[in-house]
Amino acid sequence: MSQNKNINLGYINLFNTHIIPVKFNYHAPQTLEEALNLLNKLKDKARVIAGGTDLIVDMKLRRKEPEHVVSLNKIRELDYITVDSLGVKIGAIVKLRKIEKEKIIRERFPALYEALKSMASIQVRNMGTMVGNICNASPAADTAPPLLIYNATLTAKSLNNERKIPIEEFFKAPGKTALKEDELVTEIFIPYPPQDSHSTFLKITRVGMDLSKVSIAVLTKFNGSIIEDIRIALGAVAPTPLRIRRAEEFLKNKPLTEENLKIVQEIVAKEIKPITDVRSTEWYRREVAKVLVKDALMKCLEEEGGR
Amino acid sequence: MEKKKIIFKINGVEKTVEVEPNKTLLWLIREVLKLKGTKKACERGDCGLCTVLLNGEPVKSCLVLAVEVDGSEIVTVEGLSRDGELTPIQKAFIEHGALQCGFCTPAFVIVGHWLLNRNPNPSREEVVEALNGVLCRCTGYRPIIEAILDVAKKRK
Ligand SMILES: Cc1cc2nc3c(=O)[nH]c(=O)nc-3n(C[C@H](O)[C@H](O)[C@H](O)COP(=O)(O)OP(=O)(O)OC[C@H]3O[C@@H](n4cnc5c(N)ncnc54)[C@H](O)[C@@H]3O)c2cc1C
Ligand code: FES
Ligand code: FES
Repeated sequence: MSQNKNINLGYINLFNTHIIPVKFNYHAPQTLEEALNLLNKLKDKARVIAGGTDLIVDMKLRRKEPEHVVSLNKIRELDYITVDSLGVKIGAIVKLRKIEKEKIIRERFPALYEALKSMASIQVRNMGTMVGNICNASPAADTAPPLLIYNATLTAKSLNNERKIPIEEFFKAPGKTALKEDELVTEIFIPYPPQDSHSTFLKITRVGMDLSKVSIAVLTKFNGSIIEDIRIALGAVAPTPLRIRRAEEFLKNKPLTEENLKIVQEIVAKEIKPITDVRSTEWYRREVAKVLVKDALMKCLEEEGGR
Repeated sequence: MEKKKIIFKINGVEKTVEVEPNKTLLWLIREVLKLKGTKKACERGDCGLCTVLLNGEPVKSCLVLAVEVDGSEIVTVEGLSRDGELTPIQKAFIEHGALQCGFCTPAFVIVGHWLLNRNPNPSREEVVEALNGVLCRCTGYRPIIEAILDVAKKRK
């Protein structure tokens, strides 16, 4: 990072966001191959830009100072949503707003739909991408918990290699991902959730448009009163968005009784590692996480009852 | 830092400009093209006062690189009225007292136009969702929402 000349008074930032103080060369490759060639040559001197809604703010605040910015926005081959018998594939430059408008997302991936609708404003959703939301690796990224419960997979490409990364292995730390410096994500694949399962997304924010204080996505599949499949993921409660495997293992093959619900809430509170920041305290986040787990599970149970 | 030549249309007129990559679309609109209707305030995506239409969709111009609009079409508040006559939305803002200081007005007018073009008969909820990305610090949102709903009603 730079010698930051901006004044930082605790959590009151008197940052100047009127200019981008970083000087960089701009590249707008027309094909994926051209983009991968550039990354191969420029390595960590380059940053990819999609919607820019995270990167431009980061450059204004000198949190990121790339020498080269490689735009993906002229690469038509990254602009697609395809639907087949296994699930949905979404290319790297598809706008959040376009994904939210897709019928299949609303019908088969309700937790993702709700997360998208809850994000920022229409303007920002017209600009930002889901791949950008994930690659930015904010602990509070709203599409992360839904993609975690749907077991999404990312395709990462470099000039000489292609690999699939399960989303659970993608986040390493705030702002850090499993990507190598010459790799970019070309696609997110989201397999259909099991037949007759229910899923939902909830979040608590300070004001409507702000980043989440705590977010959660839950998927359940009941067999009678027994929980056959259960997936729980939370955001903004640890250095990365996370699946709470312990809670899932505990609930599996059990009924959702009041007692079991209490135990699950305690497991979740233990597994998460929230911090105190401008938005909330650690204690508050833990308490809210407990409430959200309960609310999300009850919502799924209600849907099951109403079936 | 290499300058880039970009060609784009703004309010129906084609322009060719050379820009440095670290300049925003907002800067291009205000400082190069001298169109001051589009306001600058937070310049980090929060307030929405810099909203313009980019290829027909509302975006926050403070978070768009100017180089990225090569080949695009932009509409600012200056591009809405025809032959010096205010648009129905602009008239409705006056009738409803939907502005006090007026600093947020261009952004609300732009979003209102976009919404009614897309959806001539929006529900109150749809108007609220559309306006969600623009902040007003003095008038309050009710008269703004009423003004837009009123235009839709009168068009029927
Ligand atoms: C006013 C405002 C409100 C916001 N509200 C929310 C909110 O409610 N919830 C939320 O989750 N987020 C929110 N955000 C954050 C942001 O809009 C989202 O994270 C958005 O999805 C980022 O996508 P983008 O395409 O703009 O990313 P960019 O800024 O283009 O990229 C983000 C990062 O990912 C990297 N990257 C992008 N694409 C790739 C790729 N294909 N391969 C490898 N790396 C890549 C970039 O190098 C960069 O580091 C908000 C932002 C603003 C400005
Ligand atoms: S100036 Fe662009 S959103 Fe505030
Ligand atoms: S009229 Fe003053 S900010 Fe809206």
